[in-house]
Order: sequence, then C-alpha cells, then structure tokens
Amino acid sequence: MYRIVKKRELNPTVTLMSIEAPMVARKALAGQFIILRVNEDGERIPLTIAGYDRKAGTVDIIFQVVGATTEKLNHKQQGEYIQDFVGPLGVASHLEGLKKVCVVGGGVGNAIAYPIVKALHEQGSDVTAILGFRSKDLVILEDEFRAASNNFIICTDDGSYGEKALVTEPLKRLLESGEQFDEVITIGPIVMMKFVTKTVQPFGIPCIVSMSPIMVDGTGMCGGCRLTVDGKTKFACVDGPDFDGYKVDFDEAIDRGSMYKAFEAQAREEACNLYKMEVK
Amino acid sequence: MPNMSLTKNPMPSQDPVERASNFKEVALGYTKEMALDESQRCLNCKNHPCTQGCPVQIDIPAFIKKISEEDFEGAYNVISKDSSLPAVCGRVCPQENQCEKYCVRGIKGEPVGIGRLERFVADWHNENTKEAPVKPASNGHKVAVIGSGPSGLTCAGDLAKKGYEVTVFEALHTAGGVLVYGIPEFRLPKAIVQKEVDGLKALGVKVETNTVIGKTVSVDELMSDEFGFEAVFIGSGAGLPSFMNIPGENLKAVYSANEFLTRINLMKAYREGADTPIKHSKSVAVVGGGNVAMDAARCAKRLGAEHVYIVYRRSEAELPARREEVEHAKEEGIEFMLLNNPVEILGGEDRFVNGIKCIKMELGEPDASGRRRPVEIPGSEFVLDVDCVIMAIGTSPNPLIKNTTEGLETNKKGCIVAEEETGKTSKDMVYAGGDAVTGAATVILAMGAGKTAAKAIDEALSK
Repeated sequence: MYRIVKKRELNPTVTLMSIEAPMVARKALAGQFIILRVNEDGERIPLTIAGYDRKAGTVDIIFQVVGATTEKLNHKQQGEYIQDFVGPLGVASHLEGLKKVCVVGGGVGNAIAYPIVKALHEQGSDVTAILGFRSKDLVILEDEFRAASNNFIICTDDGSYGEKALVTEPLKRLLESGEQFDEVITIGPIVMMKFVTKTVQPFGIPCIVSMSPIMVDGTGMCGGCRLTVDGKTKFACVDGPDFDGYKVDFDEAIDRGSMYKAFEAQAREEACNLYKMEVK
Repeated sequence: MPNMSLTKNPMPSQDPVERASNFKEVALGYTKEMALDESQRCLNCKNHPCTQGCPVQIDIPAFIKKISEEDFEGAYNVISKDSSLPAVCGRVCPQENQCEKYCVRGIKGEPVGIGRLERFVADWHNENTKEAPVKPASNGHKVAVIGSGPSGLTCAGDLAKKGYEVTVFEALHTAGGVLVYGIPEFRLPKAIVQKEVDGLKALGVKVETNTVIGKTVSVDELMSDEFGFEAVFIGSGAGLPSFMNIPGENLKAVYSANEFLTRINLMKAYREGADTPIKHSKSVAVVGGGNVAMDAARCAKRLGAEHVYIVYRRSEAELPARREEVEHAKEEGIEFMLLNNPVEILGGEDRFVNGIKCIKMELGEPDASGRRRPVEIPGSEFVLDVDCVIMAIGTSPNPLIKNTTEGLETNKKGCIVAEEETGKTSKDMVYAGGDAVTGAATVILAMGAGKTAAKAIDEALSK
C-alpha cells in the first residue's frame, strides 16, 4: 500500500497527489511514468511523473478525472492509501546538451511538461514555455512554470486568460521571428501534438512528442500501447513515451485511444452514482 | 492384480455447453475411487520409462504405488521431492509428450493417467493437510529471485528450504507470473497459485510486487552493498508478444493474446462491474495454434462470442497445443480454420476491426523444424467476418533486464545464455532459467530450471 502524503486541487478537475514510494522516487526522471491501482480489483492506469522528492521518498502525480479510476482516485484523501504504485517506467526524456528549448503543453499535459521545464531550467538551458488551456479556471502550475522558464506564454481557447489563441499560434510567431531552438518538446492532447509537429516541421527543428496510449502492464508485455513510428510498430511503455514527432502516426494513435471510450464514460457515471449514494 | 482396462479413467468435467459461459474450472479431478482404480493400472514395471520422460524425474511408479496403498500424503511426499508445484503441473503439464508418452500401458491402449493422479494427490494434500511449512533457520545468505512465475517460485522455494534469505521481485501487482496473467482460471484456478505463493511466504520468502527489475532497480544494484544480494536468479519469462506485421494490425479490437488474457485473468475484466474494460465481441479470430491460442479462444467464447475461429496456417496434426486443450476447445464450439494464414486485417470507418483476410495454405516439403512447410495457394484469399482479432503467435523474452545488465550475454532471439546443468550466465553469481532462457516453453521445464539453479546457487554460496 502506498500513502497519499499530500493532496492538492490544482483546478476543479485536476488534482495533484504526492505518493510515498521511495523505490520509485529513488530513480524517477522527467518524462517517465508510473502505473497505479487505486484499490484491489482496480484497473491499472499509467500516469506521467509530475515531480519527485528523492529525500522524502515521494512521487507527484497530477490527474484529471476522466474515467472511473481517476474518479475513485480523486475520492482518496490525504493520509489514505492506494493499492499499487509501480515505476519509474518508460525512457526518461533526453535533455542533456539542449541549450535552448521550447516546451509546448496543453491542458492537463502541462502537468507533465512542468518536470521537463524544471529539469531543463536546472541544467541551465534557456526555456520558452508555451501553455494552452481551455479557459482561465483550468490553468495549473502557472507560478511554477514562470519560475522555471526564461520566456513564458500562456493562452486560452476562450481568451479568458493570456492570449486568445491555440498554442500553435505563438509558437509559429516565435519560429517565424527567427528564434533558434535546439528542440521543441510537446505534451498534451494528441491532436495538439500533431499540429505542433506540423507547425515546427517547416523550420527543420527536431520536435519530440510524449505519447500516452492505453496500456495494461507498462513493461512491454501486453502490446496494447503500440504505435506506428516511422512505419514500424513501437511500444510506448518501453520504447517511449517520447518519440520523434515527425515519425509518429498520430491519426492511428487518436483512433486507438478511443477504443474504450463508451465503456469509460459509463464506468465513470456508475462510479459517480456510487459516491452520490454514499453521501446520502 | 493390476487393472488391465485399456483406457484411463475419464476425467470428470463440467458439461461443455454450461462451461462455455463460465470461468470455473473445466476438469473437476478424480474422486478417491477413480484414483485408486487408475493407480491399479500401473504395472510398476522395472525400467519405469515414465520417470525418464519427466523433465524433473519424479519417481512416478513410487507415488502411484502409495496411492494404491491409500497413503495419499506419502504419495505427495514422493512427488514433492522433485516438484514444487504438483497442483499446477498436474493440471498444465503436457503429460502426453512426457511421462505418459513412455508408459508401457500406452503400447496397447491408453497410458496410465499420471497427470490426473498427480493432480489428485496435490489436491488431496491441499485439502487435508493443514500443517504449515516451518521456516528454517537462516544461513545468513541473501538471494534475489527476479520473477514469480514457475521458475522463480521453484528456485525461491528450494533456496528458502535450505535457509537462504530469499526475496522474489515481481513487476506486476500479483505474484505468479504466467500462472496468473496467462493461464485462465478455468484451466488453473488462481487460488491454487496463491496457495503456492503463501507457502513460500511461510518459509520466509519475501515477495516484493510492483518492482520492475531493470527499471525500479537493476541487477547490478541488487548485487551492490546497498541491497546486498550475493546471487541473483533471473526467471523473468518470455513476456514480449509477437505480431505478424500485416496491414491492419493496429486497428481497434486487435489484441495480442497477452493483452487479452491479462485483461481477463489478472485484471478480472470478465466479471460484471470490473474496472478494466475488455471488448465483448460477436465473432473472434484467434491467430495461432498453441495452448495460448486455445486459452484466448475459450476465453472469447466465455465472454459471449457467437463464433470463435482458430486461424492456423498448418493442419490439425501440427497444432502445437495439447491434444486435450484442442478437444476441450472443440467441445466448447471453437471453430478451427486450419491451413489458413491471415494476410490483412480489415477495418471500418470507425477503425474497429470488421474482417480478416486470409489465404488458404497447403503443406509442402518439411522445413527446418521437421514439420511440413505451409505454402500459399495463389488466388485463394477470402474474408472472414469478425469484429475482434487476437494474435497468439508467440512471445519472446522481455529485453528490460538484458538492456540494463552489463555483461549479461543473450542470443539473437533475446534469450539469456545460461549453462543447462547449472543455470549460470555470463555474469558472475547471476543465474537464469525458464522461458527467459529457452523462449516460450512449458511450466515444468521452467520449474526444472529453477531447481537446477537453486542447487547451483547453494553450491556456490556454501563453498
């Protein structure tokens, strides 16, 4: 069992938890992920590592309530325990040697963008962070990002905060103005990453995307997380989750991600109903 | 006077129609009367060729003799001298290719039902013997075992009995390896596996689940002062699924058998209200002809599919699955599409599978494996209407450990190179066995390799 040391609501639908997991904290690096089960008989879900404290032996996760499992996780309180927590899984982001980087995050994906921005900042890289959210009340980690980036741009779909734009717009503007990045790293909804890749491509700058497909074990055993990269099948859990954006078949990844959509929506509703009954 | 019946006592089993919609065990096991009657069929012949056919050389005539004397615990003791998992092996061993293949009764009629008797003895012991194993005094040596499948459990058990402080590391949240994620409940109830794991814990073995060696900790770290293990046994199995690399393989509702079975067996997706989703399909094609293919097909049937096809490129004679599994599958209504090979998986606009295009095959000259090579019949393509495809064409060892352990030699198939007599690898004090060394094979061979390595580790550490 793994104790929830801290729980903090970042916005109405996104929560941060620090989990006591010294063996995971010992090795965790930006870009890697963990798999957890909330309770016995629960589902295994992957979540990217949002931060870690090796001394305290804790690992941070940030999640949005999207299905039954995240709903159940969100009902756990500080001091309570979750059943299983395994990691760190996947290959860490390759950040060594990068001097000037643009990190583009979208929605809850910004939670994963943050440890990368932080790691880059700590190694002395010049970081431009472009964050996109649907609206102002969904903004997370703004102070943290500001503190770790040299150039900070925030935009919202509805214009309720920052620039009213999609992340690709300020990105394109910077690239056109002649900004020379060693690399663009993007994390967020697949559609967003697809268009960020398209935006960067004409400028010949490497563009790395962080994929988060459906998976079961996270160790290369099920193959459920397979993607087509450069015409070859890759497993996001062991070959990724970071891939060269120019080589990823995004449309296939979008399709595969919707495999259990109907099931998830129903399961979440059922979980919600159970909690409502508890309250009564 | 021996029982000269030419046939084995049949195995009582659940009715095929009924069982095709539940996940309860199919074979129900011999009653005491059946076991006594079957034991009388053993001639206790001088050469006991059956024992030579057993990968761990159980003294088969001796345990059968104990049964005939109604000394079932005595029979159990004979088996457990050489096997640590009799309740498991009595269920999943391919006895027809091992002990029973060499039984002299098989020359004229059916061999003695050795597997069924082994299972009877193990189940009798589990039900009637409440004595918990006693934890032996520690000899102060620490050994790490990677993987809690058949080879790891066996190696851990043998070392713990000798007083070693053994820690088993398991990547998943439940111990048992392929016995829990791969083999379905209706063939091997998970309670039996749990009992074996509990038995090890009673011997003092520590089981660390949720620990991925090569990620959470490396083999070198385990052997460093920080962890202090003097020897490591790698029994990490062959868990990496193979695909055919044909068009459409990444459509929705194309599963590897590993994923399909893991969702069902480990994650219990078959249960009403389970958190883990699984697609309930109308018509399923399972590609492959091994035991895993049979398991996947029978699971798909139990999830309610109207049609489940086994698509296999050779003929019935070459099916690698156990005869018994093929028969069980047929009884449950699995349809065998033999001498067919998939060339493409077709999808609809929603990108879900809606068919599989196959080509008919015929058998040509024998290939390197000695089996007749399947050859395509030009122009014989046809489409099978299915809404789910399961790829059960084999697995290979997971590269996580290989990639993170310097000096650990592997062959071109990714299998760890280990000495057969000792399990010794190219790295000092690192041993390996089971599917991680051989590629996908059987439970009993893995168990045998675990025993061999335990013996070698004991010899090395007691020097």
